[in-house]
Order: sequence, then structure tokens, then C-alpha cells
Amino acid sequence: MKNLLKKYRNFLFVLLGLLLLSVANRVLATKALDITLYSFKEMLFVIPPVFLLLGLLDVWVPKQTMTKYMGPGSGLKGILLSIFIGSAAAGPLYGAFPVAAVFMKKGVSFRNVLVFIGAWSTTKIPMFLFEVSSLSARFAVARLLVDIPGIILIATLLSRLISPAEVKKLYENAALVD
Amino acid sequence: MALIKAWKAFHNILPEFLVIIFLVGFVMAIADQETISKFIGADSGLFGVVLAAVIGSITLIPGFIVFPTAAMLLNGGAGYMQIGSFISTLMMVGVITLPVEIKYFGKKVTYLRNLTAFFFSFIVAGVLSWVMSTK
Repeated sequence: MKNLLKKYRNFLFVLLGLLLLSVANRVLATKALDITLYSFKEMLFVIPPVFLLLGLLDVWVPKQTMTKYMGPGSGLKGILLSIFIGSAAAGPLYGAFPVAAVFMKKGVSFRNVLVFIGAWSTTKIPMFLFEVSSLSARFAVARLLVDIPGIILIATLLSRLISPAEVKKLYENAALVD
Repeated sequence: MALIKAWKAFHNILPEFLVIIFLVGFVMAIADQETISKFIGADSGLFGVVLAAVIGSITLIPGFIVFPTAAMLLNGGAGYMQIGSFISTLMMVGVITLPVEIKYFGKKVTYLRNLTAFFFSFIVAGVLSWVMSTK
């Protein structure tokens, strides 16, 4: 119980904040709550499939397979696969972190984990269609063409900046998150 | 088995999720479109681009709202460079989600990733503005 309280401490603070706001400014608080409920609904639709998928990934796909295709030395194939998986997934960026943890557990190389995070954040296939329809194909394609090399570049740079020992610690940490 | 794993992974970050969506509610309630358009208009220059990048980094607008919102802002007078940096940081940089990211990637990777993504967004903004102006 005490643990649970500690885990949700920040959330309780935010709730308190909302309560105070509703006293000070009724209209603004109602608006904030409306948007929150909307996001919550979105979360309920998007998040469960993501987590179900990663549960299945964890249980069904053997480590050797993942290591072989996306591990260290998987080269261009590994990068392309990471971009593809990241782009095919739906959901906001914070949904990608637990999936990344499973990737680490399965022996995916650190650079490819970062490529995956980058792809998840910006090159979503479902979102691409949305972007074309609201901002024009020219805009969407240009962004995609800059983003893909950018993602690979950032991932490569970061994985070089982090020492193997630090990476090892992160991987051990990921193995603990069940 | 897969279901249990899925639930565990979800429950692990549920508290952070709740905090995030409530904070987003606050931010969105305070910032309305008119204000945003005024500050990141086509004539707002570098100041507007940086401001748009900062707003994009902090806010976390649900996916399917981003592009229609961006289109609306453009119609309302925002510039392509400003919108470019806004969209890019919105997607790649997450200040509000830092605690979640740190949980999985540690402080160093998290800060470095967000920082490089922030600066990369200016490149994206520059290219987009150039591409859209040579139409």
C-alpha cells in the first residue's frame, strides 16, 4: 500500500493541482480535464495493442532470431528492419520505450534500438497519410527524406558516445524490467 | 503468458502515463491557437523557429491532432520553418516524458538523444522551409 502510494505520488500532486485550478479558474480547469479525458481515451485505444504486441514478441520470438537480424553486425539489414518496425507501430513515443527494453533483452544492438526509437518517433506509416492529407505530399516526403538519414546519424552518434560498460548496464537494467 | 507480460509492462509505467496525460491537458488548455499563430508567424524569424521548437519539445499533442493543427496554424499565418521545427521537436523531443525515458535508457542517453534531436529539428525546419518555398 505504501509502495503504491509512493508510485502514484506525482499523479496525486497533479490531481491536487487540477483541484486548485478548478477553484481558481473553473473554465480553464474544465478545459484541461476535457483534453485529459480525450488523451486518456486515445491511450486506451492505442496502448493495449502495443503492449499486447510486445508481450507476444517477448514470449514468441526467440532471442537468437532477434540477435541474428538486428544484433551487432546485422548491418544495413538490421537498420532497415529497425526503421520498418518503428514506422509500422502506432502510438506516442512513450509507448516505444517498453518495446525498446524488450529489444535490449533480445540482444538487438544498441544502435538499432536507437534507430527504432527514432523511427517510432517520426516516420510513422499511418501518420504519413495523415500528414499528406493535411500538409501536402511535398511537405511529408521532404520531412521523411531528411528524417531517415537524421535518425540513423543520431543513433550512430549516440551509440558511439556511450561506452560499452554503460550500454551493458542499460541492458542489464532492461532484463530486470519484466 | 504474453498477456501477463503485457499487463506487467503496462502497469510498470502507468503512474507516469497518468501524470503525462494530465499535464498535457493543462498545457493544451492554456495555449490556444491564436496565441500560437501570433508568436510563430512567418515573420517571426529565428525567434519564432526557436520558440516553436521549445513549444514542440514541451507539449505532447496526440498524434492525429498534430497535422490538422499544423495545417490550421499555417492557415492562421504561421511560417513553414516554424511549423517544421514545431512538428519535428513535437515528435522527437519529449520533455514531459523524460522520466519514462530515463527509466529505460538512463540519464546520459536520454539527455543526449533529446538534445541532438532538438538541434536536428532545426535542420529539418530549414530544409522544409526551402522545399516549400521552391514550389
